[in-house]
Amino acid sequence: MKDINWMAGGPQGAGVDSAANIFGRACGYGGLYVYGKREYHSNIKGLHSYFHLRVSDHEVGANVNHVDLLAAFDAETVVRHISEVVPDGGIIVDKEQTGTKVLDIPTFPPEFKEELRKYMDQKGLGETLNDFLENAKKEGVHVFLVPYMELLNQTAAKLGVEKVSTLTRMINVLTLGISFGILKYDQSLVENAIKAIFSEKPKIADMNIIALRIAYDYQNQTFKEDFPHTLQKFETEEERIFLSGNQAVALGKVLGGCRVQTYYPITPAADESEYLEAHEILKTKSGDGSVLVVQTEDEIAAINSASGAALAGARASTSTSGPGFSLMVEGLSWAGNCEVPVVITYYQRGAPATGLPTRFGQADLRFAMHAGHGEFPRIVLASGDIQECFYDAAIAFNYAERYQLPVIHLIDKAMANSSQTYKIFDASKFKVQRGEIVTEVKPEDQPYRRFRFTESGISPRAFLGTKDVVQWYAGDEHNEIGHISEEPFNRDKMIEKRMKKLELVAKETPIEEKVNFYGDKESKNLVLSWGSPKGAILEALDMLKGEGFSLGFVQARMLHPLPSDYFANLFKTAEKIIDVENNYLGQLGGVVKEETGIDPNFYVLKYNGRPITTTEVYHALKNILSGQAPKRQVLTYGS
Amino acid sequence: MALKMTDFRTDVFADWCPGCGDFGIMTALQMALPELNLQPHQVVMVSGIGCSGKEAHNVKVNGVHTLHGRTLPFATGIKVANPDLVVIAIGGDGDGLGIGAGHFVNTGRRNLPILYIIHNNGVYGLTKGQASPTLKLGLKTKAIPKPNINEAVNPIALALACGYTFVARSYAYDVKHLKEIIKQGVQHKGLAFIDCLQPCPTYNDINTKDWYAGEDRKDPATGKPQSRLYKLEETGFDPIVKDWSEEYKKKVAALDRAQEWGDRIPIGVFYKNELAPTFIDRIVNRIPFYRSNPPAKQKISDENGFSTADLKDFFDELRTS
Repeated sequence: MKDINWMAGGPQGAGVDSAANIFGRACGYGGLYVYGKREYHSNIKGLHSYFHLRVSDHEVGANVNHVDLLAAFDAETVVRHISEVVPDGGIIVDKEQTGTKVLDIPTFPPEFKEELRKYMDQKGLGETLNDFLENAKKEGVHVFLVPYMELLNQTAAKLGVEKVSTLTRMINVLTLGISFGILKYDQSLVENAIKAIFSEKPKIADMNIIALRIAYDYQNQTFKEDFPHTLQKFETEEERIFLSGNQAVALGKVLGGCRVQTYYPITPAADESEYLEAHEILKTKSGDGSVLVVQTEDEIAAINSASGAALAGARASTSTSGPGFSLMVEGLSWAGNCEVPVVITYYQRGAPATGLPTRFGQADLRFAMHAGHGEFPRIVLASGDIQECFYDAAIAFNYAERYQLPVIHLIDKAMANSSQTYKIFDASKFKVQRGEIVTEVKPEDQPYRRFRFTESGISPRAFLGTKDVVQWYAGDEHNEIGHISEEPFNRDKMIEKRMKKLELVAKETPIEEKVNFYGDKESKNLVLSWGSPKGAILEALDMLKGEGFSLGFVQARMLHPLPSDYFANLFKTAEKIIDVENNYLGQLGGVVKEETGIDPNFYVLKYNGRPITTTEVYHALKNILSGQAPKRQVLTYGS
Repeated sequence: MALKMTDFRTDVFADWCPGCGDFGIMTALQMALPELNLQPHQVVMVSGIGCSGKEAHNVKVNGVHTLHGRTLPFATGIKVANPDLVVIAIGGDGDGLGIGAGHFVNTGRRNLPILYIIHNNGVYGLTKGQASPTLKLGLKTKAIPKPNINEAVNPIALALACGYTFVARSYAYDVKHLKEIIKQGVQHKGLAFIDCLQPCPTYNDINTKDWYAGEDRKDPATGKPQSRLYKLEETGFDPIVKDWSEEYKKKVAALDRAQEWGDRIPIGVFYKNELAPTFIDRIVNRIPFYRSNPPAKQKISDENGFSTADLKDFFDELRTS
């Protein structure tokens, strides 16, 4: 089957999300793989949002630059996305909105209108939505005009609802019915998806199914033309799940033994904590289990409460985004100094300052690596896809406890709010490692020394409350007991003890946990990246391989401590080193240069708040391989 | 064997200035804990930054000497992870009512059963005597270049407004009184707050030991100083909410007493309400086994090292095939 790119768009609050969820799930029921990206404004109701879903018969982990079928809830969606629709693609649009004067759409900001005017002049377009649609038709696009209000009226009549206005939220299901009808997909699978998503609200499920049927029928009777894109269903024995990055992290934390999670609401991190809270009672092999989620008054309290919980012996974590992490920095320094095993899940978003609160960015690598006054050890991990989010979220606790240090798990909005189909995760790949824990101290070993100097730098750790153990922690420099000490020789030994742990991390962590290598091991062309560009890069690699280009791709996963020798070795034989990242500076490229002395020859960067697509990175890499690219290419695709 | 006060001493040198109120508070803690039949390992003292923060090193219980203003978040994390621990948070007035004021307010909303003692001396001692949030407007203590330009916050009134269910005041030089108040605070079912007045002999030359003792206002008849401090309990003041119908009245009465300052300063318990559900009760409502199997004590791996978590229900919810 050829991939299908379906996009639903509309004002926030109109149900774009649930439409996409139903769409993704329905496709999953038909044995298809889905990758879906969610884009939304920092707004509750009214501003434009969309969900771009890519459906395939094989696993996909990135978006492309085009749309095969656009389901527009409103005129704005058509205007914003019409140029992404492929020539033989389709647009589902409200019949009654075709007369809308596009420049009068109130939610367009002035800078967008200016661009729009230029576009209209250039294309010689008239002022109404109809002019846009007619122009698209000329290029071969199928326009499906649907009378939304009329179908809602029919739905209302069927449901015995008098006020149609209460049903406007069901436009999303109508467009689903029309979409699936056009794509010739099994209606029963869609109905099952609706039932599953509204399993706790059977009445709502029934209402939606009625609306869906009305839309399917309308489509069948009205649109007889042949649409070249269709969805097929496949039988599969494989157990699959469809989940977002936020959910994957939450699941990974549960697997990892997280028992206390603190947070302060922030986009795009809060969904993870809410999901955990909704599932706070856990099924475990040892009986009762729980993850206690505490919403604190700010991120300062979030990190420090998590540290407190960790000192008491619970696996503890907090989740945040850039602005929240900024507030956590002093607490991070304390955790480093006091050797606290605390996990910080850091969802990057467009920054600096409030930046692009609901958009994407990857510009906090340096910050995560260097945040905090003074020198202390930490581990910085970065997941590259939703599945890695799951395993890394679990393993982060092992690192934290084994080495008694804060672990920063970097993810980003593109993973947090995207959803993907995966073969069910294998929990048995993970084992709990808690490091050296003291449960009892013999009288001859008293007093217990929390920060005992050892060969490895790791002092066996007792939880607060351990019988007959009294221990001290101090943010001040301290002696082995934990009492304040300003003595120079003690200071030297303490700093060295703490920092030495990083050498142990470097030594003990298998390289497979630090990097992923894909593609051609012998290639002279090497792509270097981290985080969510992974999916697009992998796909571009395949496409380029098909065209005879050889490429290797190294995805850095443990960014601190960075496996410098590994990179230095790789770089020795590489001729073209291409750094791909969603930031302005090429932060990973810079870090690698510092550690290996080798500067990547090429940078492919993007910082417009939208993730890199397969299409974009394919072209950028091809330019480089064909010897036609400057040192620095900036990608700009996005809506 | 019953423990004694000396069992709660450490050999760490207490480096406060001679005459510092912290000595009194430290002593009162060392006296209260054995009387409460507590073992050192069962107690965690969480302290902030400033002279008082060091107290955690001088009392032989677990000590967590944290960051400036962040005692309550650390204490909260420790207590919710292991509610069996007795958690005592201590800090200065700047720590709790300046930089940490947000935590002071929001911890009140949770009624978490811990005790919080603010060492209230009106100045930032360790940074050499700047005005703290409890120094009254217009006062000029010796180290500040100009009279204090800010109004003072009223810790008792603030605690009442935020939901603390045990609100008391004591005086660092009345160790016996303070010890009793600490004991009540530890035993209180809910969040307890003690506003502990203390002189700073080095930087607060206004609210001195002599000032509290009333050396400047001797009784003309007897020639004896008339202390500015009086004990609420000696006036028949009843702070205890025995029924919800009394709550408003008791709170208003407490607020009324909280306004007193100057020549008559009340110490003792202003307000006590054990009817309010604690944060622990509220968690138990959601997680019924929380008390018997709290987060810090849960088994997270089996004998082979695999996670005890069973993800089946999660996967079922997310399954598409």
